Amino acid sequence: MPQPFTKLSAIAAPIMRTNVDTDVIISINRMIGNSVRGSLGKWAFGSLRYQPDGSDNPAFILNREPYRAAQILVTGPNFGCGSSREAAVWALQEMGIRALIGSGFGDIFFANCFQNGILPVVLDKTTIDSLAAEIEASQGAGRLGVDLEEQTVTSPSGVRHSFEIDPRRRAGLLEGLDEISLTLRRDEAIRAFQASDRTARPWIHFAE
Amino acid sequence: MHGRTLLAKIWDQHVIAQVSDDTDLLHVDRHLLHDLGGSRGLIDLKNRNIPVHNPELTFATPDHAISTASGRAGTIKTGWELLAALRTETSASGIQLFDLDQPGQGIVHVIGPELGLSLPGCLIVCGDSHTCTHGGLGALAFGIGSSELAHVLATQTIIQRRPKTMRVNFDGKVPFGVTAKDLILTLIGHVGAAGGTGYAVEYAGSAIRDMPIEGRLTICNLSVELGAKMGLIAPDDKTFDYIRGRPYAPKGEMWARAVAAWRTLRSDSDAVFDREVTIDVGTIIPQITWGTSPEHVLGVDGRIPDPQDIADPARRGAIEIALDYMGLKPGAPIAGTPVDWVFIGSCTNSRLSDLRAAAEVARGRKVAPGVRAWVVPGSETVKRDAVAEGLDRIFTEAGFEWREPGCSMCLAANGETVPPGQRSVSTSNRNFIGRQGPRARTHLASPAMAVAAAVSGAIADVRTMER
Repeated sequence: MPQPFTKLSAIAAPIMRTNVDTDVIISINRMIGNSVRGSLGKWAFGSLRYQPDGSDNPAFILNREPYRAAQILVTGPNFGCGSSREAAVWALQEMGIRALIGSGFGDIFFANCFQNGILPVVLDKTTIDSLAAEIEASQGAGRLGVDLEEQTVTSPSGVRHSFEIDPRRRAGLLEGLDEISLTLRRDEAIRAFQASDRTARPWIHFAE
Repeated sequence: MHGRTLLAKIWDQHVIAQVSDDTDLLHVDRHLLHDLGGSRGLIDLKNRNIPVHNPELTFATPDHAISTASGRAGTIKTGWELLAALRTETSASGIQLFDLDQPGQGIVHVIGPELGLSLPGCLIVCGDSHTCTHGGLGALAFGIGSSELAHVLATQTIIQRRPKTMRVNFDGKVPFGVTAKDLILTLIGHVGAAGGTGYAVEYAGSAIRDMPIEGRLTICNLSVELGAKMGLIAPDDKTFDYIRGRPYAPKGEMWARAVAAWRTLRSDSDAVFDREVTIDVGTIIPQITWGTSPEHVLGVDGRIPDPQDIADPARRGAIEIALDYMGLKPGAPIAGTPVDWVFIGSCTNSRLSDLRAAAEVARGRKVAPGVRAWVVPGSETVKRDAVAEGLDRIFTEAGFEWREPGCSMCLAANGETVPPGQRSVSTSNRNFIGRQGPRARTHLASPAMAVAAAVSGAIADVRTMER
């Protein structure tokens, strides 16, 4: 069941590269096996975060203070594109990220965020660029506010931006709802659909 | 009132309930599981004491983590563990597993169409982003995450927001030496890796109508590389001929009923799309990627971009990072770039027609000294059919390694990696940083282009070699 999300005031780090894919967020060789959850945080952004000898890459923002404590990422266009691997979201979560603010996200990654209590906020590119610039100017000192009830993002200097969000997904995050239990409440409708579909499209159900 | 799109027709047939304004609870007709996430989903459900809702609509096969070496030698420990768990959990749940060495085993996106599991109008999901491949048969197919996978196992449904629609018209006659892969890479270069985000993309136009089914699967496979979760193509007589007689396809009287229903699955002539793009295929030449996103693509006669020519600082920065990772010189011709590895395989390009196209160029030639070249068939059936035609001998005589079916070096989850710093021409779908192994450098291309690189020892224009 996802962790609920209501509001957050936290350090934000801009990762403004275009097309940061889920392979970059978590490499496949860190996520095979059945017990990966709980061990992914230190491997998030591995190829950017570590040098070939395993030491921290000082050029990567999340290796610098105060960004090491970031709970929000301000992201470049098409963040989370690529593979469907939900481990990308787990890795972010395990390194302490609770919200992402960007101009656009990979579709499957975006859906995976909601399944795990991470709020992805979509704002226009100009706003994203101004947020990133403000964070950089303050060297990360200012906190970014994200309020899901009010649907606002507040910049370190206090500028408020409203964002749109699917009401169903908003409710799911606010309450930390378990989608499987909710859908199973509709099981009668599911079974009724299947019964009539067996007549309409019997080949789908391998009926004779 | 406008006509309806293909997407709308398939979508509406699957709505069980409306969940919110633009979001529906949809019936899942086929759920495909693989070794990487399949057993985990089944174990999650077992731990919650929830049975699999429709095991008869769920199918599994190992592909991601299994070695493709002869006898599966070299399968990593977690690969065997994932396979053991997949065997145990599918058996306990009554789910059909296509196991190693059995017809039906292979990359999930190759076996779905091959077995007749993927049908026009089907809603297909799988915990893998390249599920969009099955759209080539007129299915509504898309990748899902682990949580959604558990939801599908528990309920046989998926909650989805209805996407916007984009139609891509590939018009004209495909030139000599140009393949489906070149068409879709051209489109990604044109609209960008996020150009399709939020859309379901329907591919249409004369080049699509003329294209064999396996080429259509390749086109749809790369939909996710332009940001779209779903890509689809209206089914036609070619589609029906392809499906007829396959093991899980409808038969007899049921076949006739199914085909009659499938004939209605096309966008009405007055349907309106949210976005429309037209590509004249007559101007396309063989494509090759130079960078770390599939949108970093150019014709094989092109030059590597020079960041100094780019005004926009963000774009310039992205190109600089990509060139640095790829170890390429700005402004140089891409052709002639030396390569170390060639990989022919993946859910994009491992079907029989891909191997035939590759063998056509490989026949009578030799892999250049210093190049390692692999051919990894997409399924056990593709492998057997290729062997029956003698394709394996053409490859091995030319110096390629002929392997067992699986995902292999596309995402390198099974430990089969391109070594750090080495350069690979690959028929797969992603040239992401580290995708084929830490610091591996990947250039995406068609199977024929991959062979051209293997025998030349460098990126080369296949049109000078094709007979």
